[in-house]
Amino acid sequence: MSEKTEPNAPRGWLYRAWDSDVSYSFRTSPVAISAGLVAVIIILMAIFAPWLAPYDPYDPSSLDLMDGFTPPMEPNAFTGNVYWLGTDNQGRDIFSTILYGARISLFVGFAAVVFAMVLGIAAGLAAGYRGGWLDSLLMRVADVQLSFPSILIALLIFGVARGFIPPAYRETMAIWVLIVAIGLSDWVQYARVVRGATMVEKNKEYVQAARVIGAHPFKILVRHILPNVMGPVLVIATIGLALAIIAEATLSFLGVGVPPTQPSLGTLIRIGQQYLFSGEWWILLFPAVTLLALALAVNLLGDWLRDALNPRLR
Amino acid sequence: MLAFIIRRVLQSILVMLVVALVSFSLFRFVGDPINSMVGQEASIEDRAALREALGLNDPFLMQFMRFIGNAAQGDFGISYRLQQPVMELILSRLPATLELALVSGVVAFIFGVGFGVYTALRRRGWVSNSIMTLSLIGVSLPTFLIGVLLIWVFAVEFQMLPSFGRGDVVRVGDWWSTGFLTHSGRLSLILPAFTLGLYQMTLIMRLVRAEMLEVLRTDYIKFARARGLTNRAVHFGHALKNTMVPVITITGLQLGSIIAFAIITETVFQWPGVGALFINSVRFVDVPVMAAYLLLIALIFVLINLVVDLLYYVVDPRLRADRAAARH
Amino acid sequence: MAQPLLSVRDLVVEFPTRRGTLRAIDKVSFDIQEGEVLGMVGESGAGKSITGAAIIGLIEPPGRIAGGEIRLRGERIDNLRPEALRRIRGRRIGMVFQDPLTSLNPLYTVAQQLIETIRTHIDLSEREARARAVALLDRVGIPAAARRIDDYPHHFSGGMRQRVVIALALAAEPELVIADEPTTALDVSVQAQIIDVLKEICAERGAAVMLITHDMGVIAETADRVAVLYAGRLAEIGPVRDVITAAEHPYTRGLMGSIPTLTQTADRLVQIPGSMPRLNAIPQGCAFNPRCPEVFGRCRVERPDPIDRGSRRQVACWLYDTAKAEEAGNV
Repeated sequence: MSEKTEPNAPRGWLYRAWDSDVSYSFRTSPVAISAGLVAVIIILMAIFAPWLAPYDPYDPSSLDLMDGFTPPMEPNAFTGNVYWLGTDNQGRDIFSTILYGARISLFVGFAAVVFAMVLGIAAGLAAGYRGGWLDSLLMRVADVQLSFPSILIALLIFGVARGFIPPAYRETMAIWVLIVAIGLSDWVQYARVVRGATMVEKNKEYVQAARVIGAHPFKILVRHILPNVMGPVLVIATIGLALAIIAEATLSFLGVGVPPTQPSLGTLIRIGQQYLFSGEWWILLFPAVTLLALALAVNLLGDWLRDALNPRLR
Repeated sequence: MLAFIIRRVLQSILVMLVVALVSFSLFRFVGDPINSMVGQEASIEDRAALREALGLNDPFLMQFMRFIGNAAQGDFGISYRLQQPVMELILSRLPATLELALVSGVVAFIFGVGFGVYTALRRRGWVSNSIMTLSLIGVSLPTFLIGVLLIWVFAVEFQMLPSFGRGDVVRVGDWWSTGFLTHSGRLSLILPAFTLGLYQMTLIMRLVRAEMLEVLRTDYIKFARARGLTNRAVHFGHALKNTMVPVITITGLQLGSIIAFAIITETVFQWPGVGALFINSVRFVDVPVMAAYLLLIALIFVLINLVVDLLYYVVDPRLRADRAAARH
Repeated sequence: MAQPLLSVRDLVVEFPTRRGTLRAIDKVSFDIQEGEVLGMVGESGAGKSITGAAIIGLIEPPGRIAGGEIRLRGERIDNLRPEALRRIRGRRIGMVFQDPLTSLNPLYTVAQQLIETIRTHIDLSEREARARAVALLDRVGIPAAARRIDDYPHHFSGGMRQRVVIALALAAEPELVIADEPTTALDVSVQAQIIDVLKEICAERGAAVMLITHDMGVIAETADRVAVLYAGRLAEIGPVRDVITAAEHPYTRGLMGSIPTLTQTADRLVQIPGSMPRLNAIPQGCAFNPRCPEVFGRCRVERPDPIDRGSRRQVACWLYDTAKAEEAGNV
């Protein structure tokens, strides 16, 4: 029933309409606006943590074990110090630790997404453009990997990598290993999207023409094919960011992520759980709420973006 | 069909070989196996003798073959940390993980399909909207956080349910121990099963909803309505059956995820399963356990994938036709 | 004239969208007599399929009937409750869709789908329904019907599947069959056979047919009368011979592929310049006026209603408004 579909029009017009549709859909979606706001606030607070945080939780010399287990907004029984959100078992200020923890979570998240994106796009372009055995090999690997949940893959890669790293470097390398592990667990979707688009695009006449006049294949790929897949890649990246943040928090919670001297949100929750039964609820609650807000906001943004870029679902 | 099965089996074997290779490299090259067996005071001659006796000087391929041969017989060596045969450790903890995964899977499937169908049929309306919103939160929440929050509410605040362990277990047969048969065992299962199942439930629900909406748009549903079939016949006879074909595949694959995610749930609830064992082995770089778990989980996934593929053939007559055609 | 089987009066169908409400059908009226074959032609997007969907009560939300009436043997059916409408679908009005490859549920055998349909509307045992289903399949020309009935749809070729679809549409002996482009998706070689089967079997059972198509050849061979839709409006309706040999609306004339003037007929193939307007950009006055070779002042201002032109023939064009022709000429 063609009455319902949008009439065809030149691509330029369509492109602009599509573009404005996205902004329109953002402006009219209270969910998207509030999610965006929450995400931006947390990201800004994480970036400016060294200036915003009253204490440096990573500096062992500033910690006083006597300050441990201080409830929020109450003076400590021994030292009389007051902390907004209380302190943890080692006397770290929870508020500062959350800021620094969010910083680690977001850093690992963004870095892992960038790593996965670069890897996935490169693999997708190569597979789609070259075809043949390279394509079959990459897609076979992708199939196999896709049948495992990415957290498990990240955990396995992390475990294996840890095994190969000499014990002396395990602590300092942990964050980088974590980024690589999470990144490697999540490249498949980018590769699939980019591969599909590349295969469609590479047979079009302008690409053939560019090849005939001797343009380098790499140039063709970057100039002509990449712009076409930016929409879906952005959606995958946003949802991937939420997944990466969750993966980092999960691994840290399990005690195999970032080292305990640099607690991330997951580490804090792990510590908090141990003191739930003894009544020190604040160690758990505030990091949990922060992680929840961050993960939910990024997820909602990704969800909204996917709907906004995919008119068929609207 | 036969060709398809053979191809799938070959593919599975290939995957297993790759995983085995990773496992083996881990086993062979992480640390020095001799060190972990004899300790520091052994003489160089003793070490060399042991090295020869263990075949560590043999060619790589030969060692690898031996590793596979041993693995196939369930021999993964001895845990560095617990000083017990790895296979024994895993077998003693497997029932806990499988029972947890089974209950979570069943709960996730039943509620996932139910909610999915409901929200697809009543697209607007506050019940559907609340289910969808909750499901989004369910997907966004990290599993471990759900577990911790559940413990807080039901174990700490209300003190209704146990927060850790399996409760009392009953031994069944040679090595299986079950928590199903005792009251405390069943109570202990509730929180972990819910935690583990929630994420899968939201996934299944969203999948069922999306598939069903897709199916409801198809021509054959339109034609079924045009023939005056009742809503019930159209929704549950026609739409649901067609929805379930892809759903079964993906739900089947989720079963593997459940076992994998059990790692997290088991850690939160100190559930004595293989997942918790694995996490500890990663933490302490207990290589034999890691290697064995890697192979075990790969085996489970490969088997599930195979079964799901075969199931697909049973459900969809179009594929069966290809089989018939291939036989002629 | 006897009471028509189906009577559509001033039907309006609207689709609300973010950019305003689109009128897919704008005040369309026509009748179908008992046993008659009414052809409905027009370009894609003219509203043919939506008219069919409106009659059978299956317009997809958010689309809705926003005005007018649809009567089946004098009884209004456009405002029935869903359950009452469901009982009419299949039982009194059958429908055949365009694509036989997608019209049948792939997971059920032909027998299951036929028996289910028959037993929904007629109180028969499983066994009786099956016998009836076999007879139906046989009648629509499926060889070895008794055996093939237990096959799945994908075992049949496209043409055979469309025969199955016809059998399904006729399973409960409806009085009216709406066939929405029943041959468009088929191989040219089987198109004629399918149309023949449809026409024969309907004639046999006294069922009227509303045949939606863009193929004038099919209409010429099959229909008794033809209705021409343009941009959701009725341009012309009349006996098929008259409309084909002496089309009156300039659009119909263009559609026939030749441009006869009022006085003489010069047969040469001419395409109508331009294309049908989008639903959100229908011009004022007659929807066809920007493309019409005989447009004059009034056409751009005032919308023409169908004007009676002899027995059962109507044209919505100011050229034929004799009463006001002079007045219009002076504008």
